Amino acid sequence: MVFLSAIALSGAFILSGLIERWDRDVSGTLTVEIAVAPGEAGEAAEKTRSDVAVVLRLLEATPGVAKAHALSQEQLVGLLAPWLGSTELLNELPLPALIDVTLKPDTAIDLADLGNRLTAAVPRASLDDHRMWLARLIGLSRGIEGLAIGIVLIIGIVTASTVHYATRSGMAVHRDVIEVMHMIGATDAYIARQFARRAFLLGLKGGLYGLLITVPAVGVIAYEAPAMQGGLLADLSLPAVGWIAVLALPVCAALLSLVTARAAVYRTLGRMP
Amino acid sequence: MQFFPAGRGGRGLRRQPADKTHVVQFQGVGVRYEHGPEILQDIDFALPAGSFHFLTGPSGAGKSSLLRIMYLAQRPSRGRILLFGRDIASTRRYELPALRRRIGVVFQDFRLLNHLSTLDNVALPLRVAGASETDVQKFVPDLLAWVGLADHLKSRPAVLSGGQQQRVAIARAVIGRPDLLLADEPTGNVDDEIAMRLMYLFEELNKLGTTVVVATHNESLVARMSRPQLRLEGGRLWGG
Repeated sequence: MVFLSAIALSGAFILSGLIERWDRDVSGTLTVEIAVAPGEAGEAAEKTRSDVAVVLRLLEATPGVAKAHALSQEQLVGLLAPWLGSTELLNELPLPALIDVTLKPDTAIDLADLGNRLTAAVPRASLDDHRMWLARLIGLSRGIEGLAIGIVLIIGIVTASTVHYATRSGMAVHRDVIEVMHMIGATDAYIARQFARRAFLLGLKGGLYGLLITVPAVGVIAYEAPAMQGGLLADLSLPAVGWIAVLALPVCAALLSLVTARAAVYRTLGRMP
Repeated sequence: MQFFPAGRGGRGLRRQPADKTHVVQFQGVGVRYEHGPEILQDIDFALPAGSFHFLTGPSGAGKSSLLRIMYLAQRPSRGRILLFGRDIASTRRYELPALRRRIGVVFQDFRLLNHLSTLDNVALPLRVAGASETDVQKFVPDLLAWVGLADHLKSRPAVLSGGQQQRVAIARAVIGRPDLLLADEPTGNVDDEIAMRLMYLFEELNKLGTTVVVATHNESLVARMSRPQLRLEGGRLWGG
């Protein structure tokens, strides 16, 4: 049960880290798109190049913008190739110009004003701060994260119940021992201490075995992540706080065993005069 | 006798000498289980400090039930019980362990702890009472040697014969040099020679001031020992 709890807990932490990373990576960037100018190909390309220069000048003059650079034709083709295939065909297609904008950290920028100024300077320019698609992605991920936390809670409750009932059953088996110790004059606290100590050690031992098979499992996920398609899931390593939580699970299981054993012994003793 | 801790310095290991005339007093005690008939009725007796009694009677007469009440494993349905001068009815639950440590019990079914060695089983009352490990290692092996189990200090109860287990149970009951020793059929599984040896142990304890009650079917043993009897028949007590 500690293994299942640890896997679910790791999943929740990894997902949370992933969302934070997406948010952090995207929040410092903007994209300006300039639609292809109407007219013949040569003329349209010339017009687009001129628009790009205007927009770049405007961006460079905007406070808070650290860097703005237009993507080359090769870069644009490279972006579309995975979806549209043939690069020959793409080279012949009129592609919009894309300008990648990097913002200075910790700088507030009025995106609405910037958008208006861009449109005023170049009517075919539009500003994309990635918020729309990121909000959807993060919404989906938060939903999955909530589900993972729900699973962690359910597994946690099941783990606690399993430890509780296993310890209680163990105590029932030892009822004779409890009775004999009671009859020879041991106090309730003394008897409870003997069983609680043993239950703690057993709980800790079981928890450590569970942890022993969790660590390689989480390690394999982190190792295999970079090989996954898309790069979005590249960083699947467990954060430090996650490791602390996972490593604390055996201790939690042991403490739960201790408390349960104490309660079971006291309950058994409570039925004796 | 050199088997018992003499210093009595351990927490709860020794008590004040019983300053009351009687160690056990039963007044109009009755016992019934659930709503069944009374299995012990109107039990009245008093055991003077330092006395030695046999508790006799046919099977089912209630000997074990009477002993259970005396070693505080069960409360009577009615009547008054004074143990070491204390009225049990008004004794708080947390005070009972100290009283129990003054009582040694030899259970009919031995009730040894199977996960402990012979030495650890016998040492249990001393450890519960807070005796030092030095005392444990000093007195327990000597007592086990006296009951003929010197070679079985590390043996678990499961590998001992019935007679050997019984002797371990007796050693556990007497190691704390109790004020009151209650033995339920303590010689049921041993031959006559060992039985007399165990009785000698009880007598020695008795000479040291322990009040002894031995429940037994062994009529020849009772006859040889010439000690007063408490006879239970039909749930009532005769003699005492």
